[in-house]
Amino acid sequence: MSSNIFDFATLTGSIHTWLSGMMSSGWVIFTEMVLVGLVFLLMYALVGLFLVYLERKVCAIMQNRVGPNRVGKWGLLQTIADLIKLLMKELIPIRKSDPLLFNLAPFIVIICSFLAMAALPYAKGLQAIDFNIGVFYVMAVSSLSVVGILLAGWSSNSKYSLIGAMRSGAQIVSYELSVGLSLLAIVVFSGSMQLSTIIESQANGWWIFKGHIPAFISFIIFLVASTAEINRGPFDLAEAESELTAGFHTEYSGIKFAFFFLAEYMNMFIVAALGATVFLGGWMPFHIGNWEGFNQIMDYIPSVVWFFGKTFFLILIIMWFKWTFPRLRIDQLLTLEWKYLLPISLFNIVLIAFIVLMGWHF
Amino acid sequence: MFYMFSGIILICSLLTITTRKILRAAVYLLCVLLATAGLYFMLNYQFMAAVQLTLYAGGIVVLIIFSILLTHHISHRFKHPDITKLLMGIGAAAVGSGLVIATILSHSFQAGSTPELPVDMTVIGTQLLSTEKNGYVLPFELISILLLAAMIAAIVIAKKDKNKNSEI
Repeated sequence: MSSNIFDFATLTGSIHTWLSGMMSSGWVIFTEMVLVGLVFLLMYALVGLFLVYLERKVCAIMQNRVGPNRVGKWGLLQTIADLIKLLMKELIPIRKSDPLLFNLAPFIVIICSFLAMAALPYAKGLQAIDFNIGVFYVMAVSSLSVVGILLAGWSSNSKYSLIGAMRSGAQIVSYELSVGLSLLAIVVFSGSMQLSTIIESQANGWWIFKGHIPAFISFIIFLVASTAEINRGPFDLAEAESELTAGFHTEYSGIKFAFFFLAEYMNMFIVAALGATVFLGGWMPFHIGNWEGFNQIMDYIPSVVWFFGKTFFLILIIMWFKWTFPRLRIDQLLTLEWKYLLPISLFNIVLIAFIVLMGWHF
Repeated sequence: MFYMFSGIILICSLLTITTRKILRAAVYLLCVLLATAGLYFMLNYQFMAAVQLTLYAGGIVVLIIFSILLTHHISHRFKHPDITKLLMGIGAAAVGSGLVIATILSHSFQAGSTPELPVDMTVIGTQLLSTEKNGYVLPFELISILLLAAMIAAIVIAKKDKNKNSEI
């Protein structure tokens, strides 16, 4: 059905054969690893910078302002200028801190987001590693980033940082459950944890449409819970500017601060990409059942465009959350998770299992 | 790769018990667990690796770090242990590892001739819940009940008394 979508596996395959013709197999693997690493680094930096710009523009529009508009066309180069400024800033060492952990913490956070990015499918055949436990792997790796936040808060030896880290720890540990359960809903529907299989199973319609109302409920739970998990507003208690100056990264300066900042935006990208993959079909074009003609037309839009389109759609929703809702209190936050989201998602899972058992979904 | 991972495991395990700062010990422990997950990835047993990451690294170590955050101050250092305790500990460790190494060396390992088992998620899932031969449904249910009992017990202990005057 979706035969005329460009398969990136042919491109990567031809690169592989071209490299194999020039050197021995060990070197081929090494060169490919370096290449993939470079591509990811480049993408990480570009997407991160663009997200910062996008956030400022979206915020500006919502608040009836113009936003960055001086550097470059429409202020496009503003974040690059900011980056250069951050690179040249002094790294202030904290005298009574634990220097090893203090320096390690930003790297833990950033490595976790890199690990999660490796398993995401960006287009047809464009995926670094296709684990047979893809969804579970992304969950597992992204749950590690809380370690970095906790370490940052503790080792900077400041009460603001410590309070921020504690809040963020409680928040991430509890909201992880809801994220996991809402993803599990689609795993039950598609019968697989492999991201490529999940996408293939959406060839005749995305799960959010095929899975009736339960899929939609779990999509909403996923959006809310993952917004909380990446510490973004209205759940940004961990770095509530008005109470804690900057939360767990109060004491960080220069490029180390930029690492936290970048990792936060990339986590938003990862969460949106995962949501787009699982609920909205990833790179799979918009297909409706057996409407061959309609599906053919949709296939002409490249799969990369579909993937990034859906991802940025979700990112815009998450940004919209941040600039619309007021910040929650910590007890409201925990009540929302444990008294509302978790029971709803548990019940939802049972409902979905029943639907799948009866074969009521498409 | 194997030597790299096992090197990380060995060095970080030693550092875990020799460091005098408690949070550093937790971080070294995290490194050990991550390297173990790396070994599982090397064996192509991705499910086990992800379980290792979520349960040990993401769950238990986070819990440990959390409790350290609540109880310890950053300037806290452990004192050096007594020399007798140190010697006894080293002695016990030497005897234990000696026994294990002796057993491993005396056993002749043969490359298995059985075909590679599939480690697909669906296989693991059905095996876990199958009631037939080699099924794991009984241990699975037992563990679930044990876990439920533990959770209820934890809630009972942590629950605040409604009428506070009754105790203390």
